[in-house]
Amino acid sequence: MEIPYTTQVRPDTGLYNAKLGIWLFLASEVMLFGGLFSAYVLLRVGSPEGFWPHGWLSVTLGTVNTLILALSAITTLLAWVACKVNDFRQFKLFHGLTLVLALSFLCIKSYEYHDKWIHYEIHLKDGRIADGHLEEQDEKTVTISGRIIPGDQEQLLYDLRAQKSIPRDEIKLDRSNILKMENYGPRHNTFTAIYFTMTGLHALHILGGCVVIGFLWGPGSRMWKTDHARFTNRIEISGLFWHFVDLVWIFLFPVLYLT
Amino acid sequence: MSESHSVNIKGTIRLCSVVLLVIICTTAMMIGISFAQLTWPLKVTFILSVAVINAFLVASYLMHLLSEKKMVFTVLAFTVFFFAGLLGLTLWAMADFPVGTTH
Amino acid sequence: MEKNVQQFPPFREPQAPAVHEEHGHHGHDEHHHDEHHEHAEPGFITKYIFSTDHKVIGIQYGLMSLLFMLFGFGLMLLMRWQIAHPGKAVPLFGPVLEKMLGQMASGGVISPELYNSFGAMHGTIMVFLGVVPLAFAAFGNYVVPLMIGAPDMTFPRINMASFHAFFLGGVVMLVSFFVPGGAAQAGWTSYSPLATTIPTNGQAFWLVGMVLLITSSLLGAVNFIATIIQLRAPGMTWMRLPFFVWAQFVTAFILLLAFPPLEAAGLLQLMDNVAHTSFFLPTGLAVGGRLADISGGGSPLLWQHLFWFLGHPEVYVLILPAMGIVCEVIANNTRKPIWGYKSLVYSALFVGFLSFIVWAHHMYMTGMGQTIATFFQTTTMIISIPSVIILTCLFISLWGGSIRINTPMLFVLGFLPMFGIGGLTGLPLGLAAADLYLHDTYYIIAHFHYVVAPGTIFALFAGVYYWFPKMTGRRMNEFWGRVHFWCSFVFMNIVFMPMFMQGIKGMLRRMSDGGANYSAARVPGAIDTLPDSVMHLNTTILWAAIGLGIAQIPFIINLFYSIYHGEKVNSNNPWGATTLEWQTPTPPPHGNFTVEPQVARGPYEYSVPGAAKDFTPQNEAGGPPAPATHAH
Ligand code: HEM
Ligand SMILES: [Cu+2]
Repeated sequence: MEIPYTTQVRPDTGLYNAKLGIWLFLASEVMLFGGLFSAYVLLRVGSPEGFWPHGWLSVTLGTVNTLILALSAITTLLAWVACKVNDFRQFKLFHGLTLVLALSFLCIKSYEYHDKWIHYEIHLKDGRIADGHLEEQDEKTVTISGRIIPGDQEQLLYDLRAQKSIPRDEIKLDRSNILKMENYGPRHNTFTAIYFTMTGLHALHILGGCVVIGFLWGPGSRMWKTDHARFTNRIEISGLFWHFVDLVWIFLFPVLYLT
Repeated sequence: MSESHSVNIKGTIRLCSVVLLVIICTTAMMIGISFAQLTWPLKVTFILSVAVINAFLVASYLMHLLSEKKMVFTVLAFTVFFFAGLLGLTLWAMADFPVGTTH
Repeated sequence: MEKNVQQFPPFREPQAPAVHEEHGHHGHDEHHHDEHHEHAEPGFITKYIFSTDHKVIGIQYGLMSLLFMLFGFGLMLLMRWQIAHPGKAVPLFGPVLEKMLGQMASGGVISPELYNSFGAMHGTIMVFLGVVPLAFAAFGNYVVPLMIGAPDMTFPRINMASFHAFFLGGVVMLVSFFVPGGAAQAGWTSYSPLATTIPTNGQAFWLVGMVLLITSSLLGAVNFIATIIQLRAPGMTWMRLPFFVWAQFVTAFILLLAFPPLEAAGLLQLMDNVAHTSFFLPTGLAVGGRLADISGGGSPLLWQHLFWFLGHPEVYVLILPAMGIVCEVIANNTRKPIWGYKSLVYSALFVGFLSFIVWAHHMYMTGMGQTIATFFQTTTMIISIPSVIILTCLFISLWGGSIRINTPMLFVLGFLPMFGIGGLTGLPLGLAAADLYLHDTYYIIAHFHYVVAPGTIFALFAGVYYWFPKMTGRRMNEFWGRVHFWCSFVFMNIVFMPMFMQGIKGMLRRMSDGGANYSAARVPGAIDTLPDSVMHLNTTILWAAIGLGIAQIPFIINLFYSIYHGEKVNSNNPWGATTLEWQTPTPPPHGNFTVEPQVARGPYEYSVPGAAKDFTPQNEAGGPPAPATHAH
């Protein structure tokens, strides 16, 4: 009653079942993120000249996250090799490292999200725009640490590097002067919208990966003894998934942070 | 197990270090380009080409796609083709509107 | 090589009877879910709800999707009433509607909003919860592993998860009828910005439901492809696969690669609806005469592109499995090999491939430029060639056969011309000049219903009648089967044929009064309005639709009655078929085959000269050796 080729390879395809399965799944993932990337390209190409944000995201944090993911991709590969050479301690070490790296990625990501969440663009009744991080607010006033931008230079908002020509300041605003106040959440503009959606979906993948990796590191690793070949395969296919998640980030990073 | 060639941890670490080093270099390159004074399309082209190199490394060495079977390649080739179709044809359709109309 | 092939152990633990067997003993014709007695072994829950057996999952999918189809059909009847008698209370069901849906159906009258809900949900339910799960998931699950000689699907637990996701998706869709404001109202295509600006929550439910259904389909698709590639029995080379398996293979690939962009689009629209982003909302969008409070900058056309990137391949998901069923039934009942097996296979592959690059023929009306329109017209014309090849092969297969007429064959014979009508009327739509006029009229409705209703659904009925003996060990009643066919055939045509006429006359789809406002009856003497003759057809269609509904009663009774009381089949292969699913015990036990089949020949060796019987099963030894390149 056993299903064949769960661990052995089928001679004419050279694959075992789960290997083919994960590649098929990844193919569909390519199309999923492909759809989102297409949306990104279209929105960006369609946005009016000068109104696509530059420099809104922290390149430093993005770079750190890129390196974290690259490193974790390598540790998963090593964990798989440890399985193959039958070295349980090394396996635990490398796979544990992967998990730690994945969680640090998520921490940094949440910090970045938070940073956008408390960043406000405030339109004042006199036409000027205040833009910066919320420090404190009460019924009467709002205090931000940021800049005031003349109403006719709205474009400055979209290029953070140019904006820095205006000195940063602690600004206290009267609520009665505020026309509209909105944080840099998804609804702010199409850039934040696509940024939150794409990185959010990617973060969900990371989270899913953490669950799988954590399981295989902890309770799942009992299979090491009972069915070593199958366990090795599991590590391989979960690794393939993990590398794919890294691959997506490799494109997300330049597309969102650098261009 | 599917692979017949022998593996060992030391060798893999060596390979991985090279890959990591290259990834660090390419990432630095991308950041460098992003600060350079270039026109926008040029910048995007350069940065994305570097990203493709990066992706190629991950796919071919870490995902050991280079030694993968034909079946997998076929599936991926179709996938990439259809993605290109999705993006390319949509862009083309959006660009090809009769003059004077908006959408 | 043999060493790599695991042998199947003797299959049957005596205490674990297969799905339907026990019902025979108990012998009462309750709905078969209600009667489950404490069986010491697997137990009801593990056996029917958390089953990983592909056959049980196939039957689960089958029953669920038939129920959903009935429900979707009911919605359509209500809509047809409203179209024929705008503003009049629905007879019989009016009070029930009012009770369940409140203000949306006050006085038992279907309000325009409710009409829109019903329309959107009719389409969604029929396509994503009816035909696709029945054609792909139900028949595919039950039949494909048997046909290729496999013990199960490659990933049985993923298979189960796929059904659960489907079930949940269905529940979400149903629940959405009862949230304040009712279910989604923006059509099954959910065009933005309409889908976002309707101020109710139905659309969010629709999107969540769709994401679940898409997930289900993706899991299914991975499983099918892996199964067909990895689990073919020894000797089952690619060119020995029955065409049904090929059709499912291509379908699975379409689902695998075309659905994810819609999932992406669904997530984006969900963001639009819930997080108030503007992916599909343009700058300057006004709602109810006021500027909407959104950032703008999005593109409504982006939704259409992402939707139709799935939407067009989806129509081949609807039709390919049906063609597969038709092919099996034809070969079996003409008792001769299918004409042009290879052409069928290559055409199916070609259709699958091309279906990814024709999608914008649904968007000629968006004002696209001529170059790109030409591109899509060209690909659309090219894709109709393999479709015609498939149909032609099937027609020619009938030639010179001494055709055995039984219920499955009748449905198949009905399928061929009906699908022909549907397909041919698609050609004018593929040409922009004609489509600009016909777009969004009843002509479109008639076109795709001809392909899906008397087309695909007839083929699915054929499949039910054809494989029923394998699933239960009993046949469905032949007489009532014929009654079912002839009544369905007649009413189906009375329903859909007039719609071509209405459409050509200019009657638009998706109007809650069926176009009464445009009719000459309302505005005497006005130019270019709908004449009475066109409007009166709505009444004809209503009664024919009711007749069509009544015609399904014999089928429903026949289906459930035959499970327990149908005529018992006297062999495992009552139709005298060649393919492997008939070379198993009936119904097949867990693990399917008593001995692993060794496939020795192609799928359609009927009436081979010199053979003892008029059919030679694929696993009968002594066939020509498999070509070396395909050797397994
Ligand atoms: C060779 C044949 C076919 C051609 C050339 C064709 C062409 C078209 C075109 C151009 C449209 C868009 C019309 C418009 O909206 O203005 C359309 C609509 C449609 N077709 Fe076909 N078609 C073909 C076969 C099929 C098949 C086989 C199916 C399904 C099994 C199908 C299902 C549909 C559906 C569901 C729609 C309507 C979508 C909507 O707007 O709601 N078609 N067809
Ligand atoms: Cu189409």
